[in-house]
Amino acid sequence: MNTSDIGLWGVPLAILGGAVRVSTPFLYVSLGEVLTERSGRINLGLEGTLVFGAMAAYAVAFHSGSAWAGVAAAALCGAGFGLLHGLICSLPRVNDIAIGIALMLLGTGLAFFYGTPYVQPVAPHLPAIPFGNWSNVPQVQAALRVNVLFIAGIALALLMAWALRATRIGLMLRVVGDSTDAARAMGLRPNRIRALATAAGGAFAGVGGAYLSLFYPGSWSEGISSGQGLMAVALVIFARWSPINCFWAALLFGGAGALGPALQSVGITQGYYLFYAAPYVLTLGVLIATSSPTQATAGAPGELSITK
Amino acid sequence: MSRSPISRRSFLTASAGLAGATALSSLPLAARAAGKLTVGFIYVGARDDYGYNQSHAEGAAAVKKIPGVKVVEQEKVPETVAVTKTMESMINFDGATLLFPTSFGYFDPFILQLAPKYKDVRFEHCGGLWTPKDPRNVGSYFGYIDMAVYLNGICAGHATKTKKIGFVAAKPIPQVLENINCFLLGARAVDPSITCQVIFTGDWSMPVKEAEATNSLCDAGCDVITAHVDGPKVVMQTAAGRGAFICGYHANQSALAPDKYLTGAEWNWGKVYTDFVETTLKGGTIDNFVRGGLKEGFVKMSPLGPANSDAARKQFEAVKVEIMKGDYVVFKGPMKDNKGKEIIPAGKAYPETDVALESMNYLVEGVIGSTS
Repeated sequence: MNTSDIGLWGVPLAILGGAVRVSTPFLYVSLGEVLTERSGRINLGLEGTLVFGAMAAYAVAFHSGSAWAGVAAAALCGAGFGLLHGLICSLPRVNDIAIGIALMLLGTGLAFFYGTPYVQPVAPHLPAIPFGNWSNVPQVQAALRVNVLFIAGIALALLMAWALRATRIGLMLRVVGDSTDAARAMGLRPNRIRALATAAGGAFAGVGGAYLSLFYPGSWSEGISSGQGLMAVALVIFARWSPINCFWAALLFGGAGALGPALQSVGITQGYYLFYAAPYVLTLGVLIATSSPTQATAGAPGELSITK
Repeated sequence: MSRSPISRRSFLTASAGLAGATALSSLPLAARAAGKLTVGFIYVGARDDYGYNQSHAEGAAAVKKIPGVKVVEQEKVPETVAVTKTMESMINFDGATLLFPTSFGYFDPFILQLAPKYKDVRFEHCGGLWTPKDPRNVGSYFGYIDMAVYLNGICAGHATKTKKIGFVAAKPIPQVLENINCFLLGARAVDPSITCQVIFTGDWSMPVKEAEATNSLCDAGCDVITAHVDGPKVVMQTAAGRGAFICGYHANQSALAPDKYLTGAEWNWGKVYTDFVETTLKGGTIDNFVRGGLKEGFVKMSPLGPANSDAARKQFEAVKVEIMKGDYVVFKGPMKDNKGKEIIPAGKAYPETDVALESMNYLVEGVIGSTS
């Protein structure tokens, strides 16, 4: 361990490092939710999917010895939860928000039930790429140890932004999300497309969970998510249903979360409870600043049950 | 309207039977149990959290081995009226006559309110402060783990090169503050220039914040890290991953990073609970206010890890012998808090058994952090 003291420079560095480390689950859950909501459904159950994905990834990684097998298992379980949500919501007069809450409780409950034997064992971790090796400051090296899933998440955000704009699948998803009638007139089957979009969204959330248990903080316990899945759903509105904005919003939330510990570590210790509230205050502030009394929420899909 | 399948007569018979059963259950339970003791354990979190709750569950496992004793357990019981329901159900349905509700928040008001209703049941609470005006069938017990943390501090003081050590803490309550202070005072017994950086995460189980806090401590140059949270696994793994040495808490966490693990402060509830249960089986009564430390076997140290220097081992063992003799005093005047205010005047000393320490509200000089 190096003894270099970087003083107050530690704060921006810690926020940067924290943004990269903490943002990945936010990114995956919010991308999954963008996909689901763009098809006209809301899946509030992603918190449960995230927690179950974290448990499944840890358990499979522990038994198989391969962290990537854990990620695959988490994606599969997430897709299962998503598909369940999508299929139940395909039935007439079913409220997607109520089903989401039910699935959230089911997911966390099942995860706690099956996860008990995995609190203590140590599972293999996902690899990280040391982008900071050019520097000889250990703090910089630590901040720039970037996980592969983070980079894959950026690629996924770019891919989704392009696909929604320019591909046939993206257009189908958008028309289903904006007008069920128009979609039917085009010969599309809205329920099937929504169920598939929700399943894919669930798979993303599951991968977010795998990041939690297999990289950072890197262990399975019942408190692992501390509500990150719920915050990520809110983050989608904040990001105005745009995958690229989701990336920036996730970074912002990650960085804001790192503020409290970073300030305490340089000796600014009074009122740490207030610093911990920073992400929430930030959300409130931005939502108030961007709200408008005259027009509906910009960018919201037309078929969404909260905007209809 | 169709007739109810249950006739009025059979309903009355059934309810009379039920009332009889209820009356029976309020008979002295010891008589009904006939020489067999049922003991109930209640945990606030998961039994296998690799931390606080697990340490109690291991104590319960030791009790299970005593012949003639049946153990019932309930985990994840919040510190609300839920614990009252759990306790009543253990008393009425399982016939438990000795209860161990182990979380701090169960004591007041839940145990204190329920105890007068079940005078034949013994309520033993971990961490509470029993006073003579409280019900006689309630007892409180706790271990002086702060002295074990002081020994952690001695190993940390020898291991640190940056002269900065770190502490990830949940909430600024007396027991946590006492541990932080003891960790630094132990390190300062090696080198008075050492400082201890503390980061509060705000709650007992916040894995992401705990990992962030540990990274921040490493960034700030701390090279020995310990924690007081419910499950210290994340802190231990993250700190060892950053190359820092670690001191365990609640349980032995050396398996997570054997090369980096210096030592750890562990609970030893198995001994305490076995003593309590054996006293009860013999027909004796447990004292209402029980405290004990390393000497009494309430707490113990993890075996010293390979990273400790010979000087560290020597001082560790020497101080441990002193502590085992009893009367080893860590909090003695003159002592200042980290705002420069004198908290203990010269000539005054608080031995580990002093109840005044259980309401500690300051961080000593050399701790970088704030209680609010």
